[in-house]
Amino acid sequence: MIVGERKPFSEILSMVEGDSKILILGCGSCVTVCMAGGEEEVKILGSQLRMAFRRNGNNAEVTELVALRQCDDEYLEDTPLIEKVKDADIVISMACGVGVQHASTFFNRVIDDKTIRVVPALNTTFMGANIDVGEWHERCLGCGDCVLEKTGGICPITRCAKSLLNGPCGGSFNGKCEVNKDTDCAWHLIIERLEALGELDNLKKIEMYKDWRPSHSGGPRKTVREDMKI
Amino acid sequence: MKEFEPRIIAFCCHYCALAAADVAGKMEFQFPPSVRVIRVLCTGKVEILHLLKALEAGADGVVVIGCKFGECYFREGNYRAQKKVERAKSLLEEVGIEQGRLRFDFVPGPGAKKFAAILSTMTEELKALGPNPLRS
Ligand code: SF4
Ligand code: SF4
Repeated sequence: MIVGERKPFSEILSMVEGDSKILILGCGSCVTVCMAGGEEEVKILGSQLRMAFRRNGNNAEVTELVALRQCDDEYLEDTPLIEKVKDADIVISMACGVGVQHASTFFNRVIDDKTIRVVPALNTTFMGANIDVGEWHERCLGCGDCVLEKTGGICPITRCAKSLLNGPCGGSFNGKCEVNKDTDCAWHLIIERLEALGELDNLKKIEMYKDWRPSHSGGPRKTVREDMKI
Repeated sequence: MKEFEPRIIAFCCHYCALAAADVAGKMEFQFPPSVRVIRVLCTGKVEILHLLKALEAGADGVVVIGCKFGECYFREGNYRAQKKVERAKSLLEEVGIEQGRLRFDFVPGPGAKKFAAILSTMTEELKALGPNPLRS
């Protein structure tokens, strides 16, 4: 899932300075699960904004809504939602960066009598897993050419600070990474897992340099399923 | 001019604080009449939004009163409540509202005296802070 964190309140407040009708739009998927931009967080931000406005004698109106997903037209094609967006001076999106961009493009495509301003309330941080209650860890960088079959299901690209394909480096110490003592050495984990799997021989194969073209280094990527298109 | 009587919303755990409130009433331990008690099954059920909404609606202070640590009927509800109060305090600070308007505390099962003391202390502290600035 996509993990994000809410921006500091002062930063969000400065984005809506001078606006009198503010719509906060949450996302009911990834960012709800990581407790950054779902219904609860929308209401908390709404409450904070109203309190801050009242303190400053500002009469701005704050509306709160949630779309199940902001990265898909299907969940934005909702007449009452579009009407609310039309009525607002600014939309604060609490989705990940994908959702903010998609909602902005969608609203500006379907609404033609004005240009809709959509701003982010979150910093999108990574693709990760829920490790414990209230804790998420980065697990995949979307490199476009997955190697997990060779590394016992542990990603060296993401979890090794140096993205080594033939690890570990000399800094691995007691199972921890030299870059950050709180982080497990990915290669330590890989070797343990390969041993348990009886696949230690994998380590004897030297991995050649990685082709980064399928990654973001080759520019923004897209996936097209021709069989799904008419 | 009428003296300012802070309005306090007290989220009280059914198993300790509520019992203490009852006993306090029966034993005639005085606690301020402007306190509104809201019974919750466990303080762990109190959400950050409840705390913010109470202040947004004009309460001068909000207190969550649970069991002593280690004695929560649901084991960890009071630990959760304490953390939520701390987070709500930082959210309030971001909007310029004093952290002192929010408080977490605990009473032992029959702690009527402590219950009354928590509310009296909070009342005094809120009198010093003045009314919730959102009401003016
Ligand atoms: S907009 Fe982002 S957070 Fe919402 S469902 Fe899509 S990917 Fe997940
Ligand atoms: S190898 Fe690439 S695709 Fe596979 S988990 Fe790692 S970053 Fe993600």
